[in-house]
Amino acid sequence: MRIAVAVKQVPETKSVKMDPETRTVVRQGVQAIINPLDLYAIEAALRLKESCDAQITALSMGPPQAVNALKEAVAMGIDQAVLISDRAFSGSDTWATSYILAAAIRKLGGFELILCGERATDGDTGQVGPEMAAALGLPVITYVNHIHELRAGTLKISRLVEGGMEKLALRLPGVITVVKEIGEPRLPTFRGKLKAKKLDIPVLNLEILQLDKQLIGLDGSPTRVVKIFRPEIVRRCHLFRAETETQTKAAVEAMLALMNREEVKSA
Amino acid sequence: MKAIWITAEQEAGEIKPVAYELLTRGRALAKKSGRRLGAMVFGENISEAGLNELIARGADRVVAMEAPELKHFSVEPYSVCMLELIRKYEPEIILAAATSTGRTLMPYVAMTCHAGLTADCTELDIEAETGLLLQTRPAIGGNIMATIKCPEHRPQMATIRPKSTPESPQTAGRTGEIIRLEAPAAIKRTRVEYNGFEPDDEEISLQDAEKIVVVGRGIKTEANIKSARELADLLGAALGATREVVDRGWLNYSHQIGLSGKTVTPRLYVGIGVSGAIQHLAGMQTAECIIAINKDPDAQIFHIADFGIVGDLFEVLPVLIGKLKRGEKIC
Ligand SMILES: Cc1cc2nc3c(=O)[nH]c(=O)nc-3n(C[C@H](O)[C@H](O)[C@H](O)COP(=O)(O)OP(=O)(O)OC[C@H]3O[C@@H](n4cnc5c(N)ncnc54)[C@H](O)[C@@H]3O)c2cc1C
Ligand SMILES: Nc1ncnc2c1ncn2[C@@H]1O[C@H](COP(=O)(O)O)[C@@H](O)[C@H]1O
Repeated sequence: MRIAVAVKQVPETKSVKMDPETRTVVRQGVQAIINPLDLYAIEAALRLKESCDAQITALSMGPPQAVNALKEAVAMGIDQAVLISDRAFSGSDTWATSYILAAAIRKLGGFELILCGERATDGDTGQVGPEMAAALGLPVITYVNHIHELRAGTLKISRLVEGGMEKLALRLPGVITVVKEIGEPRLPTFRGKLKAKKLDIPVLNLEILQLDKQLIGLDGSPTRVVKIFRPEIVRRCHLFRAETETQTKAAVEAMLALMNREEVKSA
Repeated sequence: MKAIWITAEQEAGEIKPVAYELLTRGRALAKKSGRRLGAMVFGENISEAGLNELIARGADRVVAMEAPELKHFSVEPYSVCMLELIRKYEPEIILAAATSTGRTLMPYVAMTCHAGLTADCTELDIEAETGLLLQTRPAIGGNIMATIKCPEHRPQMATIRPKSTPESPQTAGRTGEIIRLEAPAAIKRTRVEYNGFEPDDEEISLQDAEKIVVVGRGIKTEANIKSARELADLLGAALGATREVVDRGWLNYSHQIGLSGKTVTPRLYVGIGVSGAIQHLAGMQTAECIIAINKDPDAQIFHIADFGIVGDLFEVLPVLIGKLKRGEKIC
C-alpha cells in the first residue's frame, strides 16, 4: 500500500514579531520548522507501516528550502519525499494550495491513503486536508485520534468531535487529518538522518504538473488579505499584591467580594 | 437579491444552539447589506419546532433536507446537499460554525465550487463601498489579526468561532418560510460508515461551564493540580488548562483553552499561574470577569484581567480554599 503524508514548513510562530511601524510580520531571522502538528501525521503513517506493508511518501509544497521539512520526515523513517515548488505557486491561499497538492498526488499516482496534520500553525486553517480530498474526489475524515485497524481496504478509526468520539470506517482510498492523540511522534534516528542527507528529493514544478495559471498562485486564490493588525486588549485590572500574610488575606477577601458582586450582577 | 445563509447543525433532529450564534452574525450582516437571511439544515426527522425556532431567532427562510444518510454528519452526503442548495439559491454568503462539522464540510464544498473560505473568524462585517464580506480572524499563531475578503468568487464562505458571539434571542410573532426539500439521490454514495459515538463527559462541562478555573505552568507539578481542582469544586467551576500544562500531560487535551484548544466564554475565569500568552487569550478573552493569580507583576494576563493578585499561588491558594471551605460562600 502507498501512503502520502502532506507536510508544511512553517515559521516558528513563537518567535514571530510585528513591525509596529510598517504593521507587517517580520519574517527575517525567524526559524523555519516542520509544522509541529504534521509530526503526528508522520507518526500515524509510520505506525501503519509497522502493521502492514506500506511505502510512505512525504509531500510538501513550498519554496526550495522546504526540502528541510521533507528531510526531517525522512529522518523519522519516511521512505520517499517529493517537493512541489515553483515561483508560480507562491501567493496561493488554501484553495490554490490544495489544488496544486491534489495535482501532484494525482501525478504521482497510486496512493490509497493521504494523511495531513490537523492544521498548520501559521495559516491555522485546517482547510487543506478536506480541500485536497474534494479536489481528488475522495472522502475525508478529520480530527482522527485513533486508527484501530486497517483490513481489506477499510480503515477503522475514531474521530474527536464536540462532546466525544465518533467511530467510523473509511473505505480507501481516502484522506484523513489527525490530532495529537494519534501518538507521540518518534525522534529522528541516526540511520534516518544519514538517509535524508543522501536522498535526492525530486521537484515537481509547474511545467511537470501542467496546471492552468488561472487556478494557482494569487490568480487562483479566491481570498485576499486586506489588512493585518495587532489585537487590542482593553480592560483595567485592579491589582493586589500578596507578599505578606496580611496582604494575601486582604487580596483574597477582595477577590471573594468581587466574585460575589459578579454573581449578583448576572443573577 | 441573493441571500445570506447559515448552516444549522442538528443532532437527533434537534437544532444545536451554536446555530443561534450564527443567526446573530447573519442578522447583523443582513441588516447592513439589506439582504435576507436563510438557514439550511441537513438531518433526519428534524423537529418542526426546531425549524420554527430558527425563524423566531432571525431566519427569513429555512430549508431542510432529510434522509437517513443525513442523520450523522458525513462529508460526502452533506456536501452533495449543500452544493445542491448553492446551485438552487446562489447564496451570496454562507456561514457555518467552526466546529468539527463546519470545519470539514465548508472546505470540501468551497473546493468543489471554487469559492473562497476563511476559517475560524471572530469578526464579520460588510464593506460599505463594495458590499463584500469582511472576515477577521487570528493569524500567525494568534499573534496578529487578519481581515480577509473574497472579491470575485461566490459564495463568500466563512466558518465562525463558536462562543465568539451571543445567541440570537427569540422574537415572538416573527414569520418566515419553511421549505422541506428532497435530498439529491447522490447522497447515497458514501464511503464512510458510521459505527457509533462515545461521549466524553468532561468535554461537555468545560464548554458550557459558567465558571472556569484554569491552571498554567505556574502550578509546577501534576500533583499540585489537585489544589486547583479543589478550588474549582468549591466554586462549582470546570477545570481548564493552558497548552503548557496539556503538553506536559498533567491534564488531557480536552481541557486546553486557547487558539489550538477550546474557546470559552464563561461568566468567571480564574487563571492560576497562567502567563496570558496571546494564543491562550484567543480562547478566553471574551470571559465576562477575569481573575488572575500570578507572581509576575508584568504577566500579560494582568492586561486583560479585571482583578489580579500578584503573589505566589502556593501562598494564595490555601488562603482562598480555606476561606471558601469555612463557608465564605459564593452563592
Ligand atoms: C500556534 C500556537 C498555538 C498555541 N495554542 C495555545 C492554546 O490553545 N492554549 C494555550 O494555553 N497556549 C497555546 N499556545 C502556547 C502559548 O504560546 C503559551 O506557551 C502558553 O499559553 C503558556 O502557558 P502558561 O501560561 O501555562 O505557561 P507560562 O507562559 O510558562 O506561564 C507560567 C506563569 O506562571 C507564573 N508562575 C510561576 N510560578 C508561580 C507561582 N508560584 N505563583 C504564581 N504564579 C507563578 C509565571 O509568572 C508565569 O507567568 C500556543 C502556541 C502556539 C505557537
Ligand atoms: N504547502 C503545503 N504542503 C504540504 N502540505 C500542506 C501544505 N499546506 C498545508 N498542508 C497540509 O494540510 C494540513 C492543514 O494545513 P492548513 O489548512 O494550512 O492549516 C497541514 O497540517 C499539512 O498536512
